[in-house]
Amino acid sequence: MSDFLLDISLTVNGEQVSERVEARKSLADFLREDLALTGTHTGCEHGVCGTCTVRVNGEIVRACLTLAVQCDGATVETIEGLSDAGEVADLQAAFAQRNALQCGYCTPGMLIAAQDLLARGGIPSRDAIRDHLSGNYCRCTGYQAIVDAVEAIAKQRAEEA
Amino acid sequence: MMDIAEDSPAVLSALDRPNSYIGRSVPRPNLQRLTQGRGQYVSDVALPRMAHTAFVRSPHAHARIVKIETTRAKQALGVIAVVTGAELAQVMTPWVGVLTHLKGLKSAPQHPIAVERACWQGEAVCAVVARTRAQAEDACELVEVTYEELPAVVDPETALDANTPVIQASLGDNLCFERKLDVGTVDNAFAESDVVIETTFRFGRHTGVTNEPRSIVADWSQGEQRLTVYQGTQAPHMMQDLFAKHLNLRHDQVRVVTKDVGGSFGIKVHTYADEMATVALSKLLKRPVKFVADRLESFVTDIHARDHRIKAKIGVKNDGTITAFEVDDLTGIGPYSVYPRTSGIEANQVVNLVGGPYTCPNYRAQARVVFTNKNVMCQYRAVGHPIAVAVTEGLVELAAAKIGMDPLELRRRNLFADDAYPAQSASGLKFELLSHHAALAHLDSMMNYASLRAEQARLREKGIYRGIGFASFIEVTNPSAAFYGVGGARITSQDGATVKLDAQGAISVHTGVTEQGQGAEAVIAQVTASAFGVPIEKVRVVTGDTDNTPYGGGTWASRAAGIGGEAAWQAGKALRENVVALAAAMLQAKPGDLDIYNGIVVDRATGAERLPLEELARVAYFRPDTLPAGIQAELVATRHYVPRGWPFAFTNGIQASYLEVDIDTGFVKLLKHWCVEDCGTIVNPQLVDEQIRGGIVQGIGAALYEQCVYDERGQMLNASMMDYLVPMAAEMPDIECGHVVSPTADSELGAKGAGEAGTAGAPACVMNAINDALRPLDAAPLVDMPFAPGKILAALGKV
Repeated sequence: MSDFLLDISLTVNGEQVSERVEARKSLADFLREDLALTGTHTGCEHGVCGTCTVRVNGEIVRACLTLAVQCDGATVETIEGLSDAGEVADLQAAFAQRNALQCGYCTPGMLIAAQDLLARGGIPSRDAIRDHLSGNYCRCTGYQAIVDAVEAIAKQRAEEA
Repeated sequence: MMDIAEDSPAVLSALDRPNSYIGRSVPRPNLQRLTQGRGQYVSDVALPRMAHTAFVRSPHAHARIVKIETTRAKQALGVIAVVTGAELAQVMTPWVGVLTHLKGLKSAPQHPIAVERACWQGEAVCAVVARTRAQAEDACELVEVTYEELPAVVDPETALDANTPVIQASLGDNLCFERKLDVGTVDNAFAESDVVIETTFRFGRHTGVTNEPRSIVADWSQGEQRLTVYQGTQAPHMMQDLFAKHLNLRHDQVRVVTKDVGGSFGIKVHTYADEMATVALSKLLKRPVKFVADRLESFVTDIHARDHRIKAKIGVKNDGTITAFEVDDLTGIGPYSVYPRTSGIEANQVVNLVGGPYTCPNYRAQARVVFTNKNVMCQYRAVGHPIAVAVTEGLVELAAAKIGMDPLELRRRNLFADDAYPAQSASGLKFELLSHHAALAHLDSMMNYASLRAEQARLREKGIYRGIGFASFIEVTNPSAAFYGVGGARITSQDGATVKLDAQGAISVHTGVTEQGQGAEAVIAQVTASAFGVPIEKVRVVTGDTDNTPYGGGTWASRAAGIGGEAAWQAGKALRENVVALAAAMLQAKPGDLDIYNGIVVDRATGAERLPLEELARVAYFRPDTLPAGIQAELVATRHYVPRGWPFAFTNGIQASYLEVDIDTGFVKLLKHWCVEDCGTIVNPQLVDEQIRGGIVQGIGAALYEQCVYDERGQMLNASMMDYLVPMAAEMPDIECGHVVSPTADSELGAKGAGEAGTAGAPACVMNAINDALRPLDAAPLVDMPFAPGKILAALGKV
């Protein structure tokens, strides 16, 4: 119940954070409510839609299926951090150029999932891109523009490498 | 004039001024904010002293509320109030979802929280308000509700039977609305047909699954006696009117603010009991109250749609002439007609739209809309179109197969000719200018139809079953007052735009249409920049605030570009006239000799630069004393627009699907999808194509995956994203778009809507492609959506 509180310390987007949280609180709610990092969205809160995708210790996770207390000592990166660091600036530009987002609600999670694929290097096929993003729900675009944008950046990065 | 447009390059037209953005794929202004996670969705809103509400919801489809025991809940940590329906009825009046032009449509009063009876599983019966959402949910578990379960009406087929209980006793029966139509000589036409095909189509009840669930923050200020509502809605002014009406306030006491909206698709244009309750709770508790539906409650409270059973019949002659259509539509809409748009519109649209692309003059239709104890149904993207198109096009392709004619050829012989306009459908729809044949020809060549058929035949010999399916369609866009206004609903069909020149020579546009991702802001910026004459970077668009935008309808029924865009066009032109008149006075020139180009007043004839707008604004705002006597600068212009020439601007198009059916597993693999459509003037080709693509995928969801499954007690069995399937990236095909351009002459811009064409046609052509794939195997035609693998195997006789 709500009186079960724990102290956690973690790094979020490069900042040291120490907070007292309810044991039951999800990482998604912790980021949104306690840290006001509202770029992490929640769509289903049962691990299907991928809207809450963030990075914990370098791996992408569903923040709705992760408890905040599990992240004690962890390094968490959200869309705010990736944006400020410029890590996904090329993807963000390509998403805008290709209109690979409409309402934008899935976009932070979609970008973080796409970056996870592209960070592995190489130029993934369109099918591989679709496969990697198949856990991220977008109701607006029909996905093709997203695949186009991710493919374009994979090629661009390969040329620049 | 009708022109074939390239699939993505600029479509230039008579609207082109020297620095026109019309017909160009300009990126939307707010995208980087959204990619960086800096959107301002209602679910992100936090206000001082804000409380959170959660609802106790009925576990029964139909039950009398015997007792609500709230003592323990009221004592729980963080709880501010526990409020029942009876208590909230003292704050907010109930509503009734009827429209007078849907003759005979009836519904019962609906309260924000159920009073005495819960009529569907998921209806709120009690609200808990607490300091956090988690605390509110905790306390919901402490509310003890005693129910007396009542018999539930779940099957529309028996809803009107004499021995079926009546859900709303005051109405006398379970019939919400009925419409009949009989045009031409239907019986004779069938008698004279060479082939008559009759089948029963079924459409799976499904829902919108917006990525951001419905969200609202209501803030009643006791000091100001004023309500501010932050709401993810498509229609802020409509909601302002409804909040005011049911809280007995004046319009000036209600402000509705809509910032970013995480998807809507028609889901967020209705009155939801829990959102009305949230507003009433804020008034009652004199503090901000927030409600964000979680996904589980979204499935049982967001409007559902498309639960239709249609017995349908077509007659054809051996030469391909369609002789008659007949349909009998039955749909179960839940216990209430949804307010204020009603739940009769979808069936009404089905009756209007069946047979719409074809000249066939003989048409008989019956539609019955009945009450059931399931979640309410109402308008969802493409309202009625996916049903009418699937019925019409399903029949057309079954008929083509029966008489052994190519399905495109059969269409060619029956579609309205491109030079036949103005024209009218058998059901009475008025068409200004459509382009069915040009669209069909364009599609034929885009998809390389003949070679695709050859490939299909080759692969069949190897035991690979691929299918090609088509769907011609028409789409209702740019609705005039004929849609809702004439029926007494306070839903405006007009829209306005206010354009202002600022003191640095840039402009802002305040518009009544709203942005939910379609790109309305980009379209408004493009149109205004073009009409006025500034670079698009100098245009800022303001939407979604009843305090700060002209009165308007919002964004629904594919109206933002066609109606909001025309208002912005006219406002931009009006401001240009004002500015040119002022410049003429300053320059001692004739207004007719000047124009504005790229933010600079120029000589119309030579293009020579005369006066930058920044300098004009500086003088007008800071040194008006230097202007000639009697000259008053007016650097704000407002214009409104409503379609008057036609009740609706119909668009048209045709889609094709190419897919492969695995006859051992029943799985369908989508290989490719094409769409050629005609939305008149294309303001932004990229945005139009992305509306089409997104809409098609939504339609594919209906065809293959999506269905709200209910049991015989009215329990929804798959109300989570674990169990309710939506289209995901891996299964979706690439989609190729093409255009024909037939502008409407009702506006100068000539734009019709494009938001729903994809959803309208996709289910039909996927269905037709599956049936085409299975035809050599003598499978029974599949006409019961969604086409899950089990149904396909059953059609093949394998299970």
